[in-house]
Amino acid sequence: MQAFTRLDGLVVPMDRANVDTDAIIPKQFLKSIKRTGFGPHLFDEWRYLDRGEPGMDNSQRSPNPEFCLNLPRYQGASILLARENFGCGSSREHAVWALDEYGIRCVIAPSFADIFFTNCFKSGLLPLQLPAETVDSLFREITTRPGYRLTVDLLAQSVLTPKGAVFGFQIDPFRKECLINGWDDIELTLRHAEDIRAYEARRRQQAPWLFQ
Amino acid sequence: MADKTLYDKLWAAHVVRTDPDGTALLYIDRHLVHEVTSPQAFEGLQLAERQPWRPESMVAMPDHNTPTDPGFTTIDDPISRLQVETLDHNARAHELSYFPIGDIRRGIVHVVGPEQGATLPGMTVVCGDSHTSTHGAFGALAFGIGTSEVEHVMATQCLIQKKSKAMLVRVDGQIRPGVTAKDIVLAIIGQIGTAGGTGYAIEFGGDAIRALSMEGRMTVCNMAIEAGARAGMVAVDEVTLAYVKDRPFAPQGKEWEQALQSWRDLHSDLHAQFDRVVTLDAAQIQPQVTWGTSPEMVVAVSDRIPDPAQETDPTKRAGIERALDYMGLRPNMPITEIQLDRVFIGSCTNGRIDDLRAAAAVIKGRKVAPSLKQALVVPGSGLVKQQAEAEGLDRIFTDAGFEWREPGCSMCLAMNADRLLPGEHCAATSNRNFEGRQGQGGRTHLVSPAMAAAAALAGHFVDVRTF
Ligand code: SF4
Repeated sequence: MQAFTRLDGLVVPMDRANVDTDAIIPKQFLKSIKRTGFGPHLFDEWRYLDRGEPGMDNSQRSPNPEFCLNLPRYQGASILLARENFGCGSSREHAVWALDEYGIRCVIAPSFADIFFTNCFKSGLLPLQLPAETVDSLFREITTRPGYRLTVDLLAQSVLTPKGAVFGFQIDPFRKECLINGWDDIELTLRHAEDIRAYEARRRQQAPWLFQ
Repeated sequence: MADKTLYDKLWAAHVVRTDPDGTALLYIDRHLVHEVTSPQAFEGLQLAERQPWRPESMVAMPDHNTPTDPGFTTIDDPISRLQVETLDHNARAHELSYFPIGDIRRGIVHVVGPEQGATLPGMTVVCGDSHTSTHGAFGALAFGIGTSEVEHVMATQCLIQKKSKAMLVRVDGQIRPGVTAKDIVLAIIGQIGTAGGTGYAIEFGGDAIRALSMEGRMTVCNMAIEAGARAGMVAVDEVTLAYVKDRPFAPQGKEWEQALQSWRDLHSDLHAQFDRVVTLDAAQIQPQVTWGTSPEMVVAVSDRIPDPAQETDPTKRAGIERALDYMGLRPNMPITEIQLDRVFIGSCTNGRIDDLRAAAAVIKGRKVAPSLKQALVVPGSGLVKQQAEAEGLDRIFTDAGFEWREPGCSMCLAMNADRLLPGEHCAATSNRNFEGRQGQGGRTHLVSPAMAAAAALAGHFVDVRTF
């Protein structure tokens, strides 16, 4: 997994609550058996006016000129600013893969759906939670300032705005460690293989029907 | 000893180890697998030269991509076909319990797991699918995971987890005739919102939940994720045990007796503390219909569509306006004036035999409205289909003008050929009304099977109680 330590990036605002993973990557792209190829179809139904299908040449399609990712001023953004309950719905990790492949490394929102939140850490993407009022103020600042960038420092757990304001944020210490080091958590878990076997041996005695 | 919640008990029984910060390694008893979220996990396993830790814990089947045309033998879409073939290959290579296309036991993973007894009380159950919460109806801890976690469970039989908070949703009293499990859960989501359960494991309790069949409890737990909770659960009682008994994967003989003893403790103790308690009065719940693009955008069938002008929160107001625009609906319009193009009865929420019986009871001897383009019944599994045919339900549906299909996810998410066209309104018994969920530009209204059946006959929504 790629590590995440510090990010200075252009911010794209997506001003709507309850953005679901069906919207982030529509189902027709989930037919792929690969981990890549999703970035070009990130938010496909919002990003394009026509219906997207796997394998399409996007340069031949008509983009929705009003959609935030298509606005010239947000090209190259690596931070997505969002509203409540971002990533709700389906467990599809393809949503995270699509964001990552597009170039988004951090999503800032007042709240995230649980499964999406967990999935982010598996690809080294930072889901960063800030209070609703803070997110609100960032939305206001973006519209008044072209080229709006934020600096996200995971080590210091802080977000720095162009005006010099600093916001701290909370993150689970274990998840922070994994992100900073880019750890593979299967590797971490397998270090406890003996514990797992001991648990199984014990459990097999108590509840043998679970092991058939 | 302090009283414990059901969630406390399930959690404690599965913790392998806990770090000082509360990060735990949680043991997984059952891993359900389908074609969409597993290929990259199997590939990851192979690339790292790892073997599945306990392949016997896995039960696999294709469901999301499979066609529903009667008697189909192949998948026309080459990309879908490759995905299903990849699962065929992986299941064979690791000698998993597998229900391929053509096997009568195949169906939607959340219908088949319980039906086969692969889901048992007291288990931890995971699947790369958010509606895994369904299996919590058995007094199990069941939740959806992403593909990296699928790989993690394959490789280690464990997940790295932190304990959630516990919420009790208690539905007191009795539901009125014509009101179903689906209406209960939609009413709950309407009350607490789609993020109301975020960070919680929800236990559903109260007389109205106790009175539900296992099918009804599964419907309620299925949509816990639509309230933001990864896991939903219901305590074990005689209804649970009667359902599980003699299922193919269930313990038999002496082990059954032994299992019964441990399962009888799978309920919250009398004075167990929850972090949040929400109560509903069952008698107040009416048949529900969603009007918007989030399951929390729901009202009673006798209500009108909300007016954004009445909403003071600007983000919420913009959300309502956007939803009405997408859905092509006007503020203050009566729900019963929504005209329908298609009706879909099926999915892991409402594709079980009870659901088909409820719909057939409404339809019997009547005809689908001529204005409808399509009315579709998709049983949740091959065995549900077989049972329904044995009861003659298929004839009731087809005589009325419904199509009777092969099992699968179908128009719940439209990964196969069953989908809405842009602008079409659909009464669906599934669980998500997100933009484009049932096909790009499609407009979904979530309802119970009985309400969907009545709507199919009328061509618009009607109160099934007065129909
Ligand atoms: S029926 Fe719908 S919700 Fe259920 S597993 Fe299939 S796609 Fe998901």
